Amino acid sequence: MTEIVSGRIPRHGRRIIGIWLVLTAVAVPLIVLVLGPHLPPGRMTAEAASQRDANVLMTALLVPIALLVVVCFVYSFAVFRQRGEVILDGPPLKGHAGAQLFWIVLTSLIVLALAVWGSYTLIAGSHGAGGGQGPDPVAKPNGYQHALPVQVIGQQWEWTFRYPTYGGLETRDLAIPNHVLVAFHVTSIDVTHSFWAYELGVKADAVPGVDNVAYVHAHKTGFFQIRCAELCGLWHGHMAKKGRVLSSSAFQAWIAAAKTKNAAVMAYLPKYNRVYFPAPLRRAG
Amino acid sequence: MSKAARFGIVSAGIAAGAALIAFYIVSYLTVTPPVVAATGTAPQVNLTLQTVAAFGHPPHVDWVSYLAENAHGKWVHSTVLRVPANSTVNVTIYQFDTATGLRNPFWGRPRGTAGGTINVDGKTLNVLNPDLASHTFAIPDLGVSVPLKGVADDAKNQCSVAPCSLSEAHTTVKFSFQTGKPGKLRWQCFVPCAAGFPLGFGGPMQSLGWMDGYLEVVG
Repeated sequence: MTEIVSGRIPRHGRRIIGIWLVLTAVAVPLIVLVLGPHLPPGRMTAEAASQRDANVLMTALLVPIALLVVVCFVYSFAVFRQRGEVILDGPPLKGHAGAQLFWIVLTSLIVLALAVWGSYTLIAGSHGAGGGQGPDPVAKPNGYQHALPVQVIGQQWEWTFRYPTYGGLETRDLAIPNHVLVAFHVTSIDVTHSFWAYELGVKADAVPGVDNVAYVHAHKTGFFQIRCAELCGLWHGHMAKKGRVLSSSAFQAWIAAAKTKNAAVMAYLPKYNRVYFPAPLRRAG
Repeated sequence: MSKAARFGIVSAGIAAGAALIAFYIVSYLTVTPPVVAATGTAPQVNLTLQTVAAFGHPPHVDWVSYLAENAHGKWVHSTVLRVPANSTVNVTIYQFDTATGLRNPFWGRPRGTAGGTINVDGKTLNVLNPDLASHTFAIPDLGVSVPLKGVADDAKNQCSVAPCSLSEAHTTVKFSFQTGKPGKLRWQCFVPCAAGFPLGFGGPMQSLGWMDGYLEVVG
């Protein structure tokens, strides 16, 4: 049996909007002020900080939208639930041109604003946001000509690092100086790897024959994790180590110690180059 | 044929196929090379290994491989090695393969060994000319990396089938390293030595029991 509901209809829309506004007013400050400082990847570098800011902004924008969906769902579940044996038909739905226009304009503005903000941040604000930009970066930070070059060499299954400024020194460990712009030159001598320095906010593919440049500017000293983010073979999961951001004096001392430690092999290293096509290939079959 | 009979045949076929797939997956996941324990008593133990250019037996006749010597002096086709924690491990590697050079010359310097040196055919070295290397023995988590000098290309009496004998052409590399706390560490060769695979990186370079293995450090 079907029956048309008659009589005064509660203002469900206003109720939903009211509940949503209250929840949003509570959730957004909590996200920005409480959750935000714990969102990855931290603030060790300018690039990491920009990534965290993006994560906070995106979360703060998305949560109200998610809350609206959840409030509508829960409200409908609770209020419009069928009770008893009688099947009731709800009031007829009608289009509302104003509401539709408002929603289209609002969502378009959000998407466009994010696109403008994201593009600015990526190119001008954080100079590539720690991502690999290939051999000829588009987003170059101020003073990039004087950045300290550090070459990252991926190989199955280890990272090594070269410092052309210091005679092409190669090491198993990565250290960079604090408050100095660093240009990572990421490459590989075998398969494709991906250099992911988590707390630095750097992630750049290591591709054979390609010099993939990523800029980073550290703001505080400490350790950071290094991982390979590209499935690269049997021991891919073991391709991890810790790097360090050192004070300027500690970095110079570290370089001096590394030179002494690796002096014996320096004569055998190839001349520093942006990419390598090393022998032997005899085994290539 | 009745409907029931056809149903039975199809069901049996599906069951047999599923069983074969399950057997393959379980075998793949559970079959690992046998463990070879170091000889001697902690805190001083000995490991003896050899490398061969071609294993010479099924399932991969032409794959390059490591072998390990067990407590009875028998060569075992395995790269799963067991050593005691907090001990000195004296390693002897008999190198029967020829030199192909290091892809990254950086690995020409021994690291993580006692004194930062290795002994090659009676000579103590703190670096090996990368062009003379055939393989490496590396335990990255312990910082151990040792280049292994290869046999000369024109050496007489070269070994062709594992296990190789000391009467065949070889170099002998000796070194020691220190173990720490118990754990399971990976070890590997850093030379792309897989003949017949793209750039030498497939097959034995990606397989336990050949050029990769585990070091089981036990308490």
